[in-house]
Amino acid sequence: MEALKDLWNFIRKRKAYWLAPIILILVLIGVLLVFGGTGALAPFIYTLF
Amino acid sequence: MQLGFFNFKTTNLIGFLQYYPLQSILSRNGNYMKKILGISAFYHDSAAALTIGDDIVAAAQEERFTRDKHTPDFPTNAIKYCLEEAGLEIDELDAIVFYDKPLLKFERLLQTYYSFSPKGLLSFLKAIPVWVKEKMFLKKLIYDGLKEVGEYDKKQVKLLFPEHHLSHAASSFFPSPHDTAAILTVDGVGEWCTATIGLGEGNKIKVLKELEFPHSIGLLYTSFTYYLGFTVNSGEYKLMGLAPYGNPESEETFRFVELIKGNIVDIKEDGSIWLNQSYFTYATGLKMTNNKKWAELLGFERREAEADIEQYHCNLALAIQIVTEEVVLKMAREAKRITGSDNLCMAGGVALNCVANGKLIRENIFKNVYIQPAAGDAGGALGAALAANYIYYGAERKVQSPNDNMKGSYLGPSYSGKEIELMNRKVKAVCTKYEDYTQLTKEVANRLEEGLIIGWFQGRMEFGPRALGNRSIIADARNLEMQKKINLKIKYREGFRPFAPSVLAEDASDYFELDQPSPYMLTVSPIAEKRKVKLPDNYYDLSMWERLYTTRSDIQSITHLDFSARVQTVHRETNPRYWELINTFKEKTNYGLVINTSFNVRGEPIVCTPHDAYRCFMSTDMDYLVIDDFVYSKTEQPDWENKDKWLVKFKMD
Repeated sequence: MEALKDLWNFIRKRKAYWLAPIILILVLIGVLLVFGGTGALAPFIYTLF
Repeated sequence: MQLGFFNFKTTNLIGFLQYYPLQSILSRNGNYMKKILGISAFYHDSAAALTIGDDIVAAAQEERFTRDKHTPDFPTNAIKYCLEEAGLEIDELDAIVFYDKPLLKFERLLQTYYSFSPKGLLSFLKAIPVWVKEKMFLKKLIYDGLKEVGEYDKKQVKLLFPEHHLSHAASSFFPSPHDTAAILTVDGVGEWCTATIGLGEGNKIKVLKELEFPHSIGLLYTSFTYYLGFTVNSGEYKLMGLAPYGNPESEETFRFVELIKGNIVDIKEDGSIWLNQSYFTYATGLKMTNNKKWAELLGFERREAEADIEQYHCNLALAIQIVTEEVVLKMAREAKRITGSDNLCMAGGVALNCVANGKLIRENIFKNVYIQPAAGDAGGALGAALAANYIYYGAERKVQSPNDNMKGSYLGPSYSGKEIELMNRKVKAVCTKYEDYTQLTKEVANRLEEGLIIGWFQGRMEFGPRALGNRSIIADARNLEMQKKINLKIKYREGFRPFAPSVLAEDASDYFELDQPSPYMLTVSPIAEKRKVKLPDNYYDLSMWERLYTTRSDIQSITHLDFSARVQTVHRETNPRYWELINTFKEKTNYGLVINTSFNVRGEPIVCTPHDAYRCFMSTDMDYLVIDDFVYSKTEQPDWENKDKWLVKFKMD
């Protein structure tokens, strides 16, 4: 959570709002990949793709 | 060629936290000396440094402990050593400072990919998972790394993140002997910056101008390193060493300079540059250069690693050296113009280009030029700690004029007599212990005069890329065969590579045209006129190897092909033992200098422990080894002819 807070503060201070959707998508893909690898979320990912 | 006016930009410092605004770095007064740990990691040359107030207690590169050259790993061992040296635990630190701002770097990465898209998709797919998985969450990486060092309370740890070039600037200005100075930092790239001009005053640094990625003199030099078949981020020294083999009078060299300046780089009057990106792929690719375009422009293909070196390779090396010097000198003149200072402090990887440094000093743009000995990213760890101490905490800065605050850069670990004896027992080494140091220096001076090669290990290890007499291989500089012998039989490296001298500071002007001390071996100077030997008329028609072995001076082994040498002046105050050794050699031979090359073989980090030194000694043709008061003769060691037993394979650099 601290990392996400830092990220949001960074985007705000730099006024680099264009980064927000890109980072959000990257993080979501990252989460899917990490959890997809563990098996817990795997069935949902298969249905997604 | 598309030419846009690209000038140095006015800077916008953004503080010490990953997202902090400008106001937050205003000084705040601390009442006691802050204990600060600086870290550089995750890219190359990981290191740690620890400061207590003004005092630089310890600093070391991680590669020395893990034996993996230029390692990017979290510097667990280096941190452990720094804490031990200071007698501190992690919880006792006031701050832990990382040397750059990862989120700003991530912003640059994304913006660059966006600007160049759809080019660079492959590189994007390779780089982004690493960022999403690790580097974006750098705080966690640091917390996890610290767990390896020892127990600590996460809530007690204050993590700070100064900008990359501020860390470089701080590493040079704060330990310097100047109260005010212009500061020039030049490297490949930090977050966005590739070069900055700043002003240091007391305990403050103001960055005045900056040049942004992808326009970078460091990356330009590295691109030529790559095109000439050397390794990126480590072969730059080889390129610098190759340049003097180029023919300065040849039409080809002039043509290369014109081609580079006319097509690849546009140099502005203020030293800022504009790189024609159609010649490069580093912004989006996995390689440095667009080889097809370079081959069309230069008329030859990229040299494969370890392939033969031809004269046109040497001429191109000289051409890029000439271009680099022009840029550095123009940047220095701009720094002088906007600061008006008499002093210049330099850091960043390009500040390790000793040839450019020598030219800069001889141009007399500044009265004094100070260069941080660990000018590369390892030094960023030290700069980060110092920046936090002076700028973030607002500590008062006491200038130590005329000497700097680097303690000769001897900031690494040392080993006790007991530890050396334990090593002796373990490897069954045969040695003589000298109680009288004068006797030891006489013995070593005798051996040097006989033409033998000595591994010289004493006291604290050097911080930075240079061995400065505490982890060095030394030999007689007058010996005509020494350059060849050390390259091929000791260091197992390319035969063309030059060697540097350690000279008594008092005698430096007797051998070199040098009027400033050069304690950190960061300046190349011409050999004194009286030392030179007349060259044959057909010198430039000879092959590079014939030229190398043509006698050029009475100190042949350290005289490079262009009559230059990368000088280390040895000062009695900072390294009395090494000074005394060279002085004893002088009493015997009338020559107050020796060859000094780093104690390692090709691809190996400089030795750290007595065991590293003994192993390296046994795996090469070195004749003697000295570890503090212990002297080892090769032929007395058990099974000494079996070098393979001690050989460790290192990755070729």
